[in-house]
Amino acid sequence: MCSAAYRSGLVLTRVCSYLYAWDAAHGKLHAALGVSAVTEQLAYDVVVVGSGIAGLRAAIEAARVSKGKASIAVLTKVQAMRSHSVSAEGGTAAVLYPDKGDTIESHIYDTIKGSDFLADQDAVEFFANAMPSEIYLLEHWGMPWSRTEDGRVAQRNFGGYSFPRATFAGDRVGFFEMQTLYDTTRKFDNIHFFQEWFVTSLMVEHGTFHGLTAIDLKTGGFHSFSAKAGIIATGGAGRLYRFATYGYSSTPDGLSLAYRAGVPIEDMEFVQFHPTGLVPSGVLITEGARGDGANLINNKGDRFMKKYAPEKLDLASRDVVSRAMITEIQEGRGFKDPVSGMEHLLLDLRHLAAEKIKERLSAIREIAIKFKGIDPIDEPLPVRPVCHYTMGGIRTNIGAETSAAGLWSAGEAACVSINGANRLGANSTAECLVFGAQAGAGAAKHAMRKPTHDPSQETVHEEEKRLYDEIFHGAGDENPYEIHTHVQTMMDDYAYVYRMGDGLEKALRELRELRRKSYRHVDDQAKEYNTNFVNVLELEAMFDIAEIVLASGLARTESRGAHSRIDYPKRDDVNWLRHTLTCYTVDGPRFEYAPVTITKYQPTERHY
Amino acid sequence: MSSGQDPVQSGKSVLLKAFRANPKTGVKPRYQSFEVPFEPGMTVLSALLYAKEHVDHSLAIRFSCRMASCGSCGMTINGLPKLACYTQVAEFANQTITVEPLGHYPLIRDLVTDFDGFFAKHEAVSPFLVRRNLEEQETTESEYLQSSRELDDFLQFSYCIKCGLCNAACPTAASDPLFIGPQALGQAYRYIADSRDEGALSRILTVDSNHGIWRCHFAGACSFVCPKGVDPALAIQNLRRLVISAPSRAGAPLLTYRKPRSS
Repeated sequence: MCSAAYRSGLVLTRVCSYLYAWDAAHGKLHAALGVSAVTEQLAYDVVVVGSGIAGLRAAIEAARVSKGKASIAVLTKVQAMRSHSVSAEGGTAAVLYPDKGDTIESHIYDTIKGSDFLADQDAVEFFANAMPSEIYLLEHWGMPWSRTEDGRVAQRNFGGYSFPRATFAGDRVGFFEMQTLYDTTRKFDNIHFFQEWFVTSLMVEHGTFHGLTAIDLKTGGFHSFSAKAGIIATGGAGRLYRFATYGYSSTPDGLSLAYRAGVPIEDMEFVQFHPTGLVPSGVLITEGARGDGANLINNKGDRFMKKYAPEKLDLASRDVVSRAMITEIQEGRGFKDPVSGMEHLLLDLRHLAAEKIKERLSAIREIAIKFKGIDPIDEPLPVRPVCHYTMGGIRTNIGAETSAAGLWSAGEAACVSINGANRLGANSTAECLVFGAQAGAGAAKHAMRKPTHDPSQETVHEEEKRLYDEIFHGAGDENPYEIHTHVQTMMDDYAYVYRMGDGLEKALRELRELRRKSYRHVDDQAKEYNTNFVNVLELEAMFDIAEIVLASGLARTESRGAHSRIDYPKRDDVNWLRHTLTCYTVDGPRFEYAPVTITKYQPTERHY
Repeated sequence: MSSGQDPVQSGKSVLLKAFRANPKTGVKPRYQSFEVPFEPGMTVLSALLYAKEHVDHSLAIRFSCRMASCGSCGMTINGLPKLACYTQVAEFANQTITVEPLGHYPLIRDLVTDFDGFFAKHEAVSPFLVRRNLEEQETTESEYLQSSRELDDFLQFSYCIKCGLCNAACPTAASDPLFIGPQALGQAYRYIADSRDEGALSRILTVDSNHGIWRCHFAGACSFVCPKGVDPALAIQNLRRLVISAPSRAGAPLLTYRKPRSS
C-alpha cells in the first residue's frame, strides 16, 4: 500500500499511514505531475504495458524473481480488471492427469496439429511442460477452479484435443484468472498500477529499449517513463473486425508500438474465427458448451459436422468448424436472423441436463437470456463464426524476448509461436500464463543487471509534437469513428473465414485510400478523460495492423489453418512452411520470411 | 428484457439525456439530449456510443467488454446504478433515458467517475489467499484439495467484477465516505470463507472497525443492484456473525477459526 514514484534523479517515496490508502494522495501526486505541458519523467526497472492475464502474470513474476527489489509499473489503458482476458470463458489447457492417461507429448502434438504445423515445435514443447505448474500456482493463489469429486482440479473437453485437458472454473475462466492474478499483485508493494494510462510510443534507440511515453487519461498529462526493461502484453488485434468477440478496447495499439519501434510482427494473416459467436452481438459462446456435449445444427436439423470431421465432429479445431459452418450457410442450409439479417446456424444445448448448464455454463446462459432473450435450456442459440483471436503478433523467442534489447512481449500480443496458423481453444489463457511468466522473469533479471539509461529528451519532445501538433490540434472533416467502422466492415467482408486474392487486394487499396482521408483530428479539446483523442490514436494503430493482415494474407498463396484462400485451396509446404515477418518502413510493410522450427513432427495432412 | 418483445419499434428513436460536467474546468453541469435511432436489442451503452460517434465526440464514457464481465460501464440510469451494456433500451419503453455518473464517487468528467478510492478499499482487506507457509504456497507440485461444497461457500462472492454499483447504491456510503463499503467487505468475506485461506485475522481486524461491518444499516441495496448476483449484504452479516462468535478479539484463535456455512 505504499506507493513510490521516481523522478529523474529524485526519488519520492510516500508511505501511506492510513488503514487503507486513501488515494487522494496518489491523485495529488499525478495532478502535480500533469498540470503543465512540461514532461515529467518517471523511472522504473520494469514497465509492463497491459493488465490482462499475460501482463499481470509478468508483473508478479518480475516481483517474485527480483524478491521485491525491482520497481514494476503496470500501465493499462483501461482500469484494472477490465482487460478483455476477463471474457475468456471455457478453459486453460494443461496436462494434470498422467495417471488417467494424459501425456505432455499429446498436448504438444495436439497443439502442433491444431497449428497446421506452423507452430515452432521447441516453443510448444516448452509450453506444454510448463503449464501444469501454472495451474497449481493459480490454485495456490486462490483460483476457484471447479473440482472433481475427490477435491482435485476439474477438466473438460475442448476442440482439437485427444484428452479432456481444459482446466475450468465454471465458464468464467479468464475472469477468475484475472481476479486471482490482480488480487495477488496486491501482495507486492513494488508493483504500481497506472490505470487508464495510454502508451503512445516506445523509445527504442540503437535497437535497445529505454522507456516509453504515455498519456494519463484522468488529467490529460503527458509523461515519459525511463525503464530498463519493457513488456508488451496488450492483447490481440481483434477489434479490427466489427463482428468480434473482443471488447471495444482490443485495438492493436501494442502491436503498432512495437512495429513502429522496429520490431518485426509475425504471422498476422492468421486470424481465428471462433465458430460460436452469438448473433448479432458477437458475444462469445464458449467452446466448453460443445465440450460439454452441445451440437451445431443446420436448417435441416442435421448435425452437419459429421460430414466435415467424422471423428471429432463439433470438437474439431476451430478453423475446421468455422469453414464447415460457412460452407453450410453458402449452400443454403443456414438460418437468417430476422432482426440483423445475419446468416447463422444453431448451437443446441437442449439435450444437456438443465442442472449441468446452470452449474458449468451459467455465464453463457446469463448472456443468452440477457442479450438474445433465449434460454439455452429451452431453445438453441443462433451462432456464426466470429473474429476471436490473432495468432500473429510481436515476434519473440521462447524467453518472450523481442528483437529489441530490453523488450519482451507475451500473450496474444506476442507470437512465440505456439499457435502457428490456428490456435486450439484453452491454449491462449495458458500461453498468457507461461510466457507472461517468462517475460516477467527475463525482464526482472535484465533490469537487475543494467544501469538506468534515460531516453533522450529529444525523442520525448518529438513524440509530444507528433501527438499534440499533428493529431490533437490537427484539422480535418472526416469523422474518425465512421472511418473506424469502415475499416472494420471491410475486414469483415474481405478477410473473414474464406479469402480471395482479389478481395484482399481491393481491401488493401481501400484501406490505403481511407488512410489518406482527413480523420487525424480531435474534436474534444478537453484535457480530462479525452477518449476522443485515444480513439484517434487507436485508429492509427488499426491502420498499421490491418494493412499487415491484408498484405501478408495476400502474399501467402496457400491455405493453412485459419488462412483459407479460395484461389489457393491447398497447403503448400514446399513454399510456405515458413513464418511471415513484417517490418515497418516509411513506404509500408516489408516482408521477410523465417523457417519454422521442427523438432519431431513432420507436417502431415490434418484429419479430425 | 428480450429483444423479441421490444415495445419500441424499429425506426423509432430513443431520447437520451446525458449528464455533462468537467469539474476541472469549472463549467456548470448540464444535461445534453441526444436522439438516437432505435435498433432492437440496443443497450444503453450502444445508444451512448451512437451519441458519441455521430453527435458529440466529447462525451466521456468508460466502457470495454460490452458483455457485463469487465465492469467498466457502471452509471446511474433513470435513477438506479446499472451497467450500461447490460441494460436494454427497451426496458424503458417510450421513456426518456437519463444517464448520470455513479453516486458516491468523485467525478472525473461526464459519466466517468474516479475509482482510485474504490480500488484502495478493495486492497485494504488483503484480497488474496493468505497461507502461513509462504514457501509452500509458491510450490507447484499439486493443488490444495477443496470439495465442491467448500467451493460453494465462497463462489458467489467471487463473481464480483469490481463495477462498483454496490457502493453507489449503498446508503451508508452516501453518509460515510470512509465506510469500507459492500464491495470490499464482500471480498473480505470471499477470502475468509475460502477453505484454503489462513488470513482471517488480519481481515477481521480491518473490517471489525468503526467504518467497517458495524456501519452497515442492512438496506440490502448492494445485493439488489449487483449485476452478477453477488450478495454483499449476506457477506456482511456473515462477517458480523464471525466476529460476534469469535472466542477472542485479539488472539490467535481467529486464525484457525472455521467459517460458518453460507447455505
